[in-house]
Amino acid sequence: MIQLAKRAHVQPAPSEITPRAVVLARRQLLQGLGAASALAALPGWAQVGAAGKPAALPGARSAVAGALTMDKLTPHKDATGYNNFYEFGTDKSDPAAHAGTLKTRPWTVVVEGEVRKPGTWDIESLLKLGAMEERVYRLRCVEGWSMVIPWVGYSLAELIKRVEPTGNAKFVQFVTLADREQMPGLRSPVLDWPYVEGLRLDEAMHPLTMLAFGMYGEVLPNQNGAPLRLVVPWKYGFKSGKSIVRIRFVDKQPQTSWERAASNEYGFYSNVNPTVDHPRWSQATERRIGEDGLFAKKRPTLMFNGYEPQVGQLYAGMDLKRFY
Amino acid sequence: MPTPGRPALPSAAPATAAVSVNALLLHTAAKPLLFAAALLPLALLIVGALADTLGANPAEAMIRSTGDWTLRFLCLTLAVTPVRQWTGWHALARLRRMLGLFTFFHGVVHFLCFAWLDMGFDIDAIVRDIGKRPFILVGTAALGLMLPLAATSFNRAIRALGAKRWQALHRAVYATALLAILHFFWMRAGKNDFAEVAVYAAVLSLLLGWRSWRWIGARTGT
Repeated sequence: MIQLAKRAHVQPAPSEITPRAVVLARRQLLQGLGAASALAALPGWAQVGAAGKPAALPGARSAVAGALTMDKLTPHKDATGYNNFYEFGTDKSDPAAHAGTLKTRPWTVVVEGEVRKPGTWDIESLLKLGAMEERVYRLRCVEGWSMVIPWVGYSLAELIKRVEPTGNAKFVQFVTLADREQMPGLRSPVLDWPYVEGLRLDEAMHPLTMLAFGMYGEVLPNQNGAPLRLVVPWKYGFKSGKSIVRIRFVDKQPQTSWERAASNEYGFYSNVNPTVDHPRWSQATERRIGEDGLFAKKRPTLMFNGYEPQVGQLYAGMDLKRFY
Repeated sequence: MPTPGRPALPSAAPATAAVSVNALLLHTAAKPLLFAAALLPLALLIVGALADTLGANPAEAMIRSTGDWTLRFLCLTLAVTPVRQWTGWHALARLRRMLGLFTFFHGVVHFLCFAWLDMGFDIDAIVRDIGKRPFILVGTAALGLMLPLAATSFNRAIRALGAKRWQALHRAVYATALLAILHFFWMRAGKNDFAEVAVYAAVLSLLLGWRSWRWIGARTGT
């Protein structure tokens, strides 16, 4: 007894600890096995699986620094039932209720502007362009709530490298689908349609900036931006355009939809920043959906949504109060 | 209101209807029933919170729902006098105080939900937020204006103040209505989504517009 108690306080010898690399390799192997069997069981990237559930879309654990947060995952029903996608209505239950009308096949993405290889990409070719990775990102909405979502996709840089931006390409503009037939929210004059977002080229090239095709190991549900969307984890959620149809490389900073709607409230950068408040509310704290109880205090928001070690250098020397 | 050039409404049938509605309103069960009905929205909300059926963000759902109900009770309270005039259901008058107090009640619950669920009862944060967000300031002012009205709602207060001064004080409810709709408008301005705001604004415009029209009519003697 005494000896046991004593032993409990003894530091393990370095040789007794399994090296981190070995643990990760083991994990990856197990994950790979799971992914392989899932792949074998399903006929490729069918849009919808046999039971009407979205088809599986597995991804290997990402090796990109910062891509796998340890935070607890948001329940699937919350991440797919509570979000903003104004093309289907402004209430956060609207996308899940109305996005059934979105047709995700056939789907093409036009890549144009300051690139040597402009062209139209079919969704099937984009799905095969890069190896699918699973990345667990924090998502912070500008409204003050947050989630933790396992996305499936690859770095946008994979596509950017293929299309070879010219020296004039300084910014990337993302245009999302605006089809009145499929999207009832377009009848509302909330924003100028189509919804347009943008990134600086170096932001777009950052390995954490992701082109996502799936979440929770399945293809994206319509309400979350099927068949492909952007995910930029250190910026407020609205920067991550859904159901993208056009990617344009430009030399001047493009005006985004939210800048056009309210330039005093939404800037081009829109980096998550607890020290720069929205004009109408504080950004210092957030409510983690599905995890923090009704009476729990809100948690502090992290600089760049916790991705400061990875992306902080992109903004070195910039006045983030001015470039909000 | 009599409109020039048009005959007055036929009186026989509506008068009988009005009499029976008045009889219902005067029934001893009317007040207890209204009391129970007015508590129902909050009761359902609490049940929803306990059963976790309020969706992904129950705190937001509670804050918004209690705000909606404050506005609805405000509209009901302000509708009592015009509806009495339009329909002849004069017995509605005896329910007005309860409706007004339930407006205040829902406003207080709305504020408590904000202070508790959104701010964790952190007084510093609440004060800062009221200063920072114009729409919170306006909402708080709307609630603050209701406080003296709620505090002078009992018979002895009316007698102590005198009917004239009591009535003058209670006209502050019009300011509350304007602040409340501004609060809601400002809250929705971020999403540029004014569909619901427009409904409440239309109802309140009708109720307040009717009063000002009558007031102008009385002043000019037409």
